[in-house]
Amino acid sequence: MKPVFPILLVIAVSCSAQARQIVIASKKFTESYVLGEIAKRTLVNAGFAAELRQGMGGTIILWQALLQGEIWLYPEYTGTIAEEILKRKEPMSTDEMGALLRQRGVGMTEELGFNNTYALVMQRNRAIKLGVHQISNLRTYPDLKVGLTHEFLDRQDGWAPLSARYGLQMRNVRGVEHALGYAALANGSIDLKDAYSTDARITENDLAVLDDDLHFFPQYKAVFLYRLDMDVRAVAALQKLAHTLDQSQMARLNSEAERTKDYALAASLYFDQKPVASSNDFIRKIAGWTLRHLELVAASLLLGIIAGVPLGILASRPGPVSNFILAISGVIQTIPSLALLALLVPLPFFGISPVTAVFALFLYNLLPIIRNTATGLQEIPTAVRESAAGLGLEPNAQLWKVFLPLASRTILAGIKTSAIINVGTATVAALIGVGGLGEPIISGLNLNDYKTILQGAIPAALLALLVQFFFDGLERVFIPKGLRLKQ
Amino acid sequence: MIAPINLCRELQKDALSKMIKLRSVSKTFGTTVALHETNLDVPTGDTTVLIGPSGCGKSTILKLIMGLLEPTSGSIEIDAERVSQANILRLRRRIGYVIQEGGLFAHLTARQNVLLMAKHLKEPVERMETRLLELCELTHFPEYALQRYPVELSGGQRQRVSLMRALVLKPSVLLLDEPFGALDPMVRAGLQDELKEIFKRLQQTIMMVTHDMAEAAFFADCIVLLNEGRKVQSGTLEDLRTTPESDFVHEFLGAQRALETI
Repeated sequence: MKPVFPILLVIAVSCSAQARQIVIASKKFTESYVLGEIAKRTLVNAGFAAELRQGMGGTIILWQALLQGEIWLYPEYTGTIAEEILKRKEPMSTDEMGALLRQRGVGMTEELGFNNTYALVMQRNRAIKLGVHQISNLRTYPDLKVGLTHEFLDRQDGWAPLSARYGLQMRNVRGVEHALGYAALANGSIDLKDAYSTDARITENDLAVLDDDLHFFPQYKAVFLYRLDMDVRAVAALQKLAHTLDQSQMARLNSEAERTKDYALAASLYFDQKPVASSNDFIRKIAGWTLRHLELVAASLLLGIIAGVPLGILASRPGPVSNFILAISGVIQTIPSLALLALLVPLPFFGISPVTAVFALFLYNLLPIIRNTATGLQEIPTAVRESAAGLGLEPNAQLWKVFLPLASRTILAGIKTSAIINVGTATVAALIGVGGLGEPIISGLNLNDYKTILQGAIPAALLALLVQFFFDGLERVFIPKGLRLKQ
Repeated sequence: MIAPINLCRELQKDALSKMIKLRSVSKTFGTTVALHETNLDVPTGDTTVLIGPSGCGKSTILKLIMGLLEPTSGSIEIDAERVSQANILRLRRRIGYVIQEGGLFAHLTARQNVLLMAKHLKEPVERMETRLLELCELTHFPEYALQRYPVELSGGQRQRVSLMRALVLKPSVLLLDEPFGALDPMVRAGLQDELKEIFKRLQQTIMMVTHDMAEAAFFADCIVLLNEGRKVQSGTLEDLRTTPESDFVHEFLGAQRALETI
């Protein structure tokens, strides 16, 4: 069994160093997926090898990845560039923006054509009933239930300055995931949410877009950001996309993508071609995700055991060292997985790669392994400890020949707990484009499509069961017979 | 065979008459005194029994000798060697230590428990096997049960395994901490008889801890009575009975006798 783990580790780690092909990334929403596919098709047509990493976290993660050369290009919006990346409050021209980006080694294509700005939307009949047509009308209704995406809530050009500008004092504001927000709007659990002006859902769900009567929202023109050291022919190919996509066409592509759940197909509409046969091999797709998932779990678990058991041994001896180890591993456990990834990605050596995902999962593995190792050792009766010492065994021999075997059941239980939790946690790896069963789950969540979610969730659940059985089998091998017998 | 051994014993007694010496040894845990400054000599080849009510410090003395506890003050000598961190491992290997609960390792069979240390020291396999059979014979432990794990053994059998484990390296001292404490009375009486027989055959220096006066009288060449961390009196049962050095000696003996006559 043992030799398999290092191999998986090598596989998981080496995936970041693949052949030199152009790596495109997209953010995790439909339009970004479609634009990513369009860029990929464009580059492939121009004769480049291109790979698309779908649905990677948010602006900061992608920007850092671009700066570090983890990715070569991704679709972005001028408003986001000004506010989030360049942190400028005053409006600026595209030339100015291009110049500032160039200083950081990043190029910006000309705008693709459409303006996807933020908008506030409501159910149309509700808006009519209340007489709300403009954002300023909302002042009359401070009790409306507002459900905003987390990004919009926190943005410099988001909810807080908007409220200040319009003098809104909404009392009932909370964060809701984007796709779920549309469902919440449809069933009336919220009255108002933020949207992108090209969202397919606006026409599909017959939503009213509130007029931005004070012109608060900046322009969100779509562009591609690319590394200046990218091949000039590739840049030229991308530049040809300039001014070829208007608002209605983009909305149509988005709507098509959401209907078919196939971004490549939607992108192909842009090229007015028959879609390239997308790898429809369902089983192969799921097997690929599952295998990658398993690699992430196995590699991080292996590291968890290598570090966790020795730390557990240290933590089993009461004192400040023990308290420190247990406190730190406890604190790590409380960091939300997405936040941990966001913290790791900008660090050197990490970035957008399987290494980052494996490291984050490894950190989450530590607590159960450390705690169970420490507890298992502490539970050994004093009589047994004194007997082992009394025989004249060296402290190391006491540990290896007596204490660790006696604690093996508890230690293995900790490893098993880690492994099973890990199968669940590893789904976040998809947020940084590392793949695994999180990929269908996240894209399904964005599309509000349960079928796609289940494509990831069911194999993940089965995998957790499999891991459970695997460890039950392992107990027969690793736990000495004398401990498995009943009194 | 018996005569020369006896002769040796007499010679040893003259030459190196004290196997274990405690000089001004004390032990405190925080503010609690487990053992006040104590001097104690354990004659070579004799059976010395430490007795006293619980908390009197009798087990503490054994743990101090084993180096499981460090004395707060004073020094301990085993076979004319002063116990220190440097030689404690070597000294422990020359002492057999048997404790109340047996302290057997649940993940090892009876055979593995007995031979653990011998294997660790890479003793030749043949010699180990011979020794194991000798010990089975000595302790009346059935050979067929050697493959069993501690949970599969009776309380008496577990104590026999614990004794075999203590004896496997032919120690020069045997320390027993309430070896019958966890056994029911019938098994206990039988094992006491056997153990006395074994002691007789071994002709070794033995230190035993008990709280039972009858047991002490049954085994001891010399009884050391302790109370509240102090040595109260030492001598034969007869000495303690006829010339008690304090009221406590009288009371302790009296209480024990009263229990036995019920």
